[in-house]
Amino acid sequence: MRVAFTDDQLAFADAVRSLLAKECTPGHLAAAAGSSDGRVPGLWAQLVEMGVVGALAPEGVGGTGLDEVALVRLCFEAGYAALPEPLSDIAMVVVPALRDHAVTPDAEAWLERICSGDATVGLGLSANAGLVDHADRASVFLLEAVDGLHLVDPDVVTLEPVVSVDPVARPARIGWTPSSATLVVGSAVGATEARSRAALASAAELCGLSRRMIDMTVSYVSERRQFGVPIGSFQAIKHHLANALAAVAFAEPLVWRAAVSIAAGDPDAVVHVAMAKAQASDAAERVSDLTLQCHGAIAYTVEYDLQYFMKRAWVLVRRDGSARMHRSTVQEFLLGS
Amino acid sequence: MDLSWSDAENEFRAEVGGWLDANVPTGLPSGDTAEGFAAHLEWERALHSQRLSAVSWPEEFGGRAATLWEWLIFEEEYYRAGAPQRVTQNGIFLLAPTIFEFGTPAQQQWYLPRMSAAEDLWCQGWSEPNAGSDLAGITSRATRDDTSGGWRLTGQKTWTTRGAFCTHLFGLFRTDPDAQRHRGLTYFLVPLDAPGVTVRGFGRLDGDEGFAEVFFDDVFIPDGDSDPAAGGTLGAIDGGWGVAMATTTSERGLTLRSPGRFQAAAARLVELAAATDDIDPITADAVTQAWIDAEAYSLYTSGDVTDIVEGRSPGARSSLNKVFWSELDIDLHRAALDLLGPAAAVDPDGWIKGFQFALSGPIYAGTNEIQRNIIAERVLGLPRA
Repeated sequence: MRVAFTDDQLAFADAVRSLLAKECTPGHLAAAAGSSDGRVPGLWAQLVEMGVVGALAPEGVGGTGLDEVALVRLCFEAGYAALPEPLSDIAMVVVPALRDHAVTPDAEAWLERICSGDATVGLGLSANAGLVDHADRASVFLLEAVDGLHLVDPDVVTLEPVVSVDPVARPARIGWTPSSATLVVGSAVGATEARSRAALASAAELCGLSRRMIDMTVSYVSERRQFGVPIGSFQAIKHHLANALAAVAFAEPLVWRAAVSIAAGDPDAVVHVAMAKAQASDAAERVSDLTLQCHGAIAYTVEYDLQYFMKRAWVLVRRDGSARMHRSTVQEFLLGS
Repeated sequence: MDLSWSDAENEFRAEVGGWLDANVPTGLPSGDTAEGFAAHLEWERALHSQRLSAVSWPEEFGGRAATLWEWLIFEEEYYRAGAPQRVTQNGIFLLAPTIFEFGTPAQQQWYLPRMSAAEDLWCQGWSEPNAGSDLAGITSRATRDDTSGGWRLTGQKTWTTRGAFCTHLFGLFRTDPDAQRHRGLTYFLVPLDAPGVTVRGFGRLDGDEGFAEVFFDDVFIPDGDSDPAAGGTLGAIDGGWGVAMATTTSERGLTLRSPGRFQAAAARLVELAAATDDIDPITADAVTQAWIDAEAYSLYTSGDVTDIVEGRSPGARSSLNKVFWSELDIDLHRAALDLLGPAAAVDPDGWIKGFQFALSGPIYAGTNEIQRNIIAERVLGLPRA
């Protein structure tokens, strides 16, 4: 038994955190929110270069050959930075779907293009109301229908851009028609696994977002003075932040365990993911409330950075299944339907 | 990450679990009553006969030198098998770690084997009528008696769990009357049959005589380890605060409430839910959440154990554990009461009793308000008031 990441996994995560601390600051997020494409210029190429995007792809197609445990820690870092890129979708969901379940001969070519940074993929799972983030830059779409996952050319979809509460997500509502020609993952296993992986990645990002909101708030309340003292010395503030920390601290190990289960092909992986996403969603929602309250009015403005992390959290809390929906999966496992 | 057990650990689990399944007594009365306490001592001595009363201790003191992982496994099996509460808990889990750290060899050799054998039964003497969360406000005194080579204790302790049934008390007394707050305190080991000690038991919320107040009227305790049978002092004179804090860290964290306890309770809750017709969706959700929280606590604790085994101290993070398990325990029992509905009031399976005990969780071992202060100041680094 060992519930900790390896030194190699932590070193990779540290490298990603360092990159994002420099290249994906709240200043970059503000610039992205005001830009035409909602992106941080050049950042994707660096993540490709570091082997993050192709983390789960075999080395033969230019991937890094890592497992989900290593990658889940990187998704956490993406959350910590509110990374405005479809990293989790592509690295955690699209790559393994093409790697393990694709029935079309061009899957390997797509993996090579993803790993080289030549292609990005827009992911549209049925749980997410037909919304695809960063759809305008997708080279191809991986879309869920009742019969499985389809690989769909941008020429045959309609994209209706919609305004998201998250100022850098740039989602579009996608219209398309499934056909046997586009079906790429026809097995129920493959589609179920894709949904689980997406929920796992969202859960990890939510933990990263929660940690970032707490860190920002600790800094703020240690500096901000009222009544002649830092407001962080007040017990009311301390208890809010202690509750915030407890919420995320007891979500993270469930997320790491779910990654282990997926990596090992554990038959209970679906239940483990459901526990992780439920707990991480509730934690992030609570942390968002508490950290906003600890800031007071200063965070209730688009001129303050906490908004990027709160807003991403609100989106991910409900994406890939809400806490309540995932608890119902766990409930079915425990009590039957 | 490696969530599997080794072959040796699986063998340990099979052996311990097998013995427990064959030997766990059923229908014991509450260990927090005089009658029940005696019945529990028989069980404690049965555990000791298998070197299972304190598995992690060295063999010379009655243990099996089990690893921390094996201790977790023992706890999982113990509660899975439905074994009784541990009436020896305050000695084995709270005092013993302090004796291992601060006791002299003479103290270790005297006290530890008698503790694992349930011959000496220890209760904790921290709180006083005017010193609870503000523990450093202790006023019970120990004055120097050079003629007899020891100390004379005067004062009162209270909320002493199972004090009316135990044989010994460990606690803090003020040895330097001029020192303020946490300075000038010393950690004493006191036989409760020493002349001048009076113990008065009183009822907890659930009616069991689980509490006691303990009065000290010129009670003589010999120096250090000069005569362990008559009591003594542990660690440095006037250095008792540091010695006591080592104990409270164990109390909040791993050793007081192992994950196995909550996983077993969550499993019983799920059984109860499965046997209940027409559960409303909100109660079903609460049952599920309790199960998830028990899993989260188990995994989190395994992270703590990994850190300890690899030489990284969880430190003040143990306050997070305490807040989490104590609130989980209440939520879990409340879900059971909601499943039972009106029948909860007359429940023969102990959920209402368990609920009342769970309500004490956020209060004892340092209130959760104190724990949240510790989390904020020592884990998050917020400024002190």
